[in-house]
Amino acid sequence: MKFAPSNQPYDTGNFAVFTKNLEKQFGSFTAVKHVNLAVEQGEIFGFLGANGAGKTTAIRMLCGLLLPTSGSGTVAGFDVWRESEKIKQNIGYMSQKFSLYNDLTLAENVEFYGGVYGLNRKTIKEKRHELLDSLGLTASAGRLTRDMPLGYKQRLALGCALLHNPKIIFLDEPTAGVDPEARRNFWELIHELADKGKTVFVTTHYMDEAEYCNRVSIMYQGEIVALGSPQSLRHEYKKASMADVFIKLVDK
Amino acid sequence: MSRIFPIIIKEFIHISRDFRTLIVVIVLPVVMLFLYGFAINMEIQNINMLVLDHSNSPESSSLIRKFSGSDFYTVLPFDGTEAEIETIFANREADMALILAGDFAAEHARSPETTVQILIDASDPNAAQAIRNYTNTVIQFYNMAHGAKPSFEITPTVWYNPSLKSAYFFVPGLAALILIMISALLTSVAIVREKETGTMEQILVSPVRPVEIIIGKVVPYIILAFLDLIIILNIAYFVFDVPFVGSLGLLIFCSLLFIFTSLSLGLFISTKARAQQVAMMMALVATLLPTVMLSGFMFPLSSLPAPLRVLSHLVPARYYLVIIRGIMLKGNHFLQLLPQVLALAGMAIVLMVVSARKFKTNLEG
Ligand SMILES: Nc1ncnc2c1ncn2[C@@H]1O[C@H](COP(=O)(O)OP(=O)(O)OP(=O)(O)O)[C@@H](O)[C@H]1O
Ligand SMILES: [Mg+2]
Repeated sequence: MKFAPSNQPYDTGNFAVFTKNLEKQFGSFTAVKHVNLAVEQGEIFGFLGANGAGKTTAIRMLCGLLLPTSGSGTVAGFDVWRESEKIKQNIGYMSQKFSLYNDLTLAENVEFYGGVYGLNRKTIKEKRHELLDSLGLTASAGRLTRDMPLGYKQRLALGCALLHNPKIIFLDEPTAGVDPEARRNFWELIHELADKGKTVFVTTHYMDEAEYCNRVSIMYQGEIVALGSPQSLRHEYKKASMADVFIKLVDK
Repeated sequence: MSRIFPIIIKEFIHISRDFRTLIVVIVLPVVMLFLYGFAINMEIQNINMLVLDHSNSPESSSLIRKFSGSDFYTVLPFDGTEAEIETIFANREADMALILAGDFAAEHARSPETTVQILIDASDPNAAQAIRNYTNTVIQFYNMAHGAKPSFEITPTVWYNPSLKSAYFFVPGLAALILIMISALLTSVAIVREKETGTMEQILVSPVRPVEIIIGKVVPYIILAFLDLIIILNIAYFVFDVPFVGSLGLLIFCSLLFIFTSLSLGLFISTKARAQQVAMMMALVATLLPTVMLSGFMFPLSSLPAPLRVLSHLVPARYYLVIIRGIMLKGNHFLQLLPQVLALAGMAIVLMVVSARKFKTNLEG
């Protein structure tokens, strides 16, 4: 394994996510270019960008699924190069592709994810009741996941990613393809998590969802082209909505 | 360790709810065995029988007339040497030969236990079996016509396959085929499916280690393959009367080794393929064809063209067939099968090491 060039020590402070010049190349193609981020604990941090901007690649590096090509970073205080196992214990992640098993029942999905996170049987049982109950799905516990509406599935998937009570949650386009009503429900859940002190790192390409975030970064062709709270960005670019801000940034 | 169990349980749930997998695991082995066992049973119409009558007595003529009088036999009087018979069999000009010794009449008069010699062209074991049964019947009739209890018996000597049952040939081949298909095909598809649907990423982001995922994914298929082995052996033994001369423990050990080699092949395929369809095609090409064509199952290895014969050394079933035939029919012991065992183990280790490495890097990009 090769290590990132670490010229100077940097202060990661108490940031939930901190990166410095994080970069990922696939062959000669650079998917993520010198990304610098500092996400506070308890923050809802939005990661905006069009298709192919590099959001998923960046998130995968932060979750310990991909090694960076260069640069450095910490998640929950652990180094992305050397401590991916510790990172994995402290984060929850919902991949962009749908992350539950369609041919398992809702209850079986919860039990499986509880199992791979090493929870004991008693805890799994409790959490299963709690989770299905909170989503109003207790009566559907024995139904196959494929028979449920996507909105429910996504909220259950979020619940599964939270079974081991992680401090930081990475959500990769959790609301893609979900109807507006279900999207609002989902964002309510995200806010509840933030209220409990969890850090939420969420990607989306719905610009209106940026308004739900404390801060957003806008990614374009692997680079972060703007970073700040939605209000400050609208103010800075003198636009009425984040969608207009985005168009302005991408068109230049 | 405890993280392996949820993966195993989940895999069993997938299997139990997937119609196609259930068919491959349960129905396929049974259907294949019975299809081979019964459908191949061909009708014997006309048996060309060479007769070497060294006795030339009324008794021998009487026996020969029994054959020529039946609907099944065409008697071809022959006074060449026994060595020439082989050429005639090879040219398919006769199916069997009846050899009556010079002292046939004298012996028959002296003792009812006289022996006649019968040679049967066993290149088609099913046909040979049928011919043997018919011939036996004719001789019984002859005996009864002479008011005797069975006065002489035919005692063919065929090494390793005394009753010439084709079940002897197809059971080992089918066992190899079914085991490798379940181990390699189902495992590779099961792993690639999780890559395709994205759930593999979801598992990898948990603290589960790749080796735990591999174990959790392959153990269910080891169990299934093993169950199929038991089913196959039972059908072979109880339905098709395939004998079992050697050690069951040794066969099980060697079969587990073969299953392990096949699983390693499946893992290797899963590191190469990104889509289920691709994995399935790769697994079929890597298992079905070579196991049927290049293992000695359908065609003797010696009949293969030289390049294919060289290639057959890479086919795990080639070694497993020698092992299973050797144990079941000849009672081979471990040391006699050591070269085959080592070949399988070597392949398994190479494939396992390569794919375990690749399994990790693959998911890192
Ligand atoms: N394993 C890989 N090998 C090669 N190229 C890749 C790989 N993964 C991603 N890419 C490329 O990197 C770029 C960024 O992809 P990424 O998935 O990170 O984008 P994204 O912002 O998540 O897009 P989307 O909104 O479609 O999910 C794309 O051009 C993609 O084709
Ligand atoms: Mg993406």
